[in-house]
Amino acid sequence: MLNIGVLNQGIVIDHIKVGGAMKIYTYLNLENIDVSVAIIKNARSNKMGRKDIIKIEGTLNGINLDILGALDHKITINIIENGEIIAKKNPKLPDYVDNVLKCKNPRCITSVESVPHSFKLTDKEKGIYRCVYCEQSSKSVPDTITKI
Amino acid sequence: MRHIISPTDLTLKELDDLLNLAEDIIKDPKKYSDAYPRKKLATLFYETSTRTSLSLEAAMLNLGGSILGFSSGDASSASKGESVADTIRVISSYADICAIRHPKEGAPYVASLHSSIPVINAGDGGHNHPTQTFTDLLTIKNLKGRFDNLTVGFCGDLKFGRTVHSLIGALSRYNNIKFVLISPEELKIPSYIKEQVLDPQNIPYKEVKSLESAIPSLDILYMTRVQKERFFNEEDYIRLKDTYILNTRKMSLAKEDMLILHPLPRVNEIAVEVDDDPRAVYFKQAQFGVYVRMALIMLLLGESEGRPIC
Repeated sequence: MLNIGVLNQGIVIDHIKVGGAMKIYTYLNLENIDVSVAIIKNARSNKMGRKDIIKIEGTLNGINLDILGALDHKITINIIENGEIIAKKNPKLPDYVDNVLKCKNPRCITSVESVPHSFKLTDKEKGIYRCVYCEQSSKSVPDTITKI
Repeated sequence: MRHIISPTDLTLKELDDLLNLAEDIIKDPKKYSDAYPRKKLATLFYETSTRTSLSLEAAMLNLGGSILGFSSGDASSASKGESVADTIRVISSYADICAIRHPKEGAPYVASLHSSIPVINAGDGGHNHPTQTFTDLLTIKNLKGRFDNLTVGFCGDLKFGRTVHSLIGALSRYNNIKFVLISPEELKIPSYIKEQVLDPQNIPYKEVKSLESAIPSLDILYMTRVQKERFFNEEDYIRLKDTYILNTRKMSLAKEDMLILHPLPRVNEIAVEVDDDPRAVYFKQAQFGVYVRMALIMLLLGESEGRPIC
C-alpha cells in the first residue's frame, strides 16, 4: 500500500468509496483552506477492495464532519494529534441536509428557482436521501457535488 | 396554518370526515350554498387545466365565495421571472385560500413555506395531485362502499402519473389492499413509491405488462393517459401513447362490479364504446370532484378561522 507520511496533527478520511475523494475535497473546499492535503485514490483495502483516502495536515475549524455522512456514509474519520489517532468516528447520517446534495430531477422546482437544495434521510441502511420538494433520491457519493 | 400538499397530509380520521362531509354535500348541496360568502379562492395555474381549475372554481362559487387567479404561467408575473415564493406572498394578501398547479415538482410546497393562507396543491409535475386523490376516494367510497379488501389495478403511465402516485399513497393506509401495476417498462412506477410506500408496509403488488391478463382479478381499474407534456422526447411519446386501449372486448374479461376510474382527460386509452358500460364511472368521478373540493375548502377555511369541521 502506498504510504504518504505520518500526520502529526490533522484528520484522515478513510474508507471513501472509490472515486469519491475529489468530491469530498470539493465539498470541504480544501483548495482554499491553508492545510496540506494528500489524496490517495484507488488504494487497496481488505474491507472494500479499493478505496480513496484523504489526509489533511492541519486544523479544519467550523466544519461539521457529520455532514460528510450524507456524501458517503461508509467513511471513517480519524482525528490525529501528536502523531496518534485520538478519535475514530463514523459520521452519523444527518436527518436533513441543506445545500450539500443537489437535486438532479429536471422537473423539480429547484431546477428553475433559487431555493435551498434540501434533502431528508429516508433510508438509513442504504444512506438514501430524498429531495423534500420532489422526492427524487440521491444516494451517498453523488456523481457530482456542486457548491451551492 | 394547514396546507394540503400531499393526500397523506390528512390523517385517516380527517379523510373520513372530509369524505363524509362531501357525501352530505352531495345529498343536500343547497345547505352549503352560503357557507363562505365574501371568501376568495385564488387559483394559480402555471399549467393549463380544465377539470381541476373549473371544479375548484365551481366548488368555491357553490359555497357562496368568489374566485380570482390566472390560468397559465404566461398570464402571470412568472413570465417576467417572479418566483413562486414572491407570488404567493402577494396573493396571500388578496385571497383567503389558494390552489396552485405548477409544472415543476415541489412548487406548491415552496408556496406553502411562504404563504399566510392555506395552500392546496392542484398538481405539481408528475409528483402529487391530492384533490384528484380525494375525488378518486370519494368515487370509490360512494360507488364501492369500502376502501379495504380491494385489488386495484393502475394502467398506463405510472411513471409520470401523479394521480397514480397520490392514490397509491392514500389507499395504502387501508387494510388488505393489493395493487396490480400495469405499464410498459419505460413507464413503470418510480422507485420511491416502492421504497417509501409499498415495501415498508408490506403491501402486495405486482408489476405486469398485459392488461388482459390482469383485468379479471381487479375490483377497480384506474386508467391513465400517457401524458405528452411529461416527455422531453416526442418519439418516446408516440411509441408509448397507445400501449393500452381499454375496449369492450377487454371489459368482457372483467368482474361484473369492477369500476373503471380515470382522472381525465381521456385520449385513446379508453375506447368511446366503453362509456356506456355501467362500470365506466369516470364522468361521475369528475362530478364528485366538485363536492370533495367544496368539502376541502370548508375544512381549510374552517380551520384557519378556528371553526374546524372535524
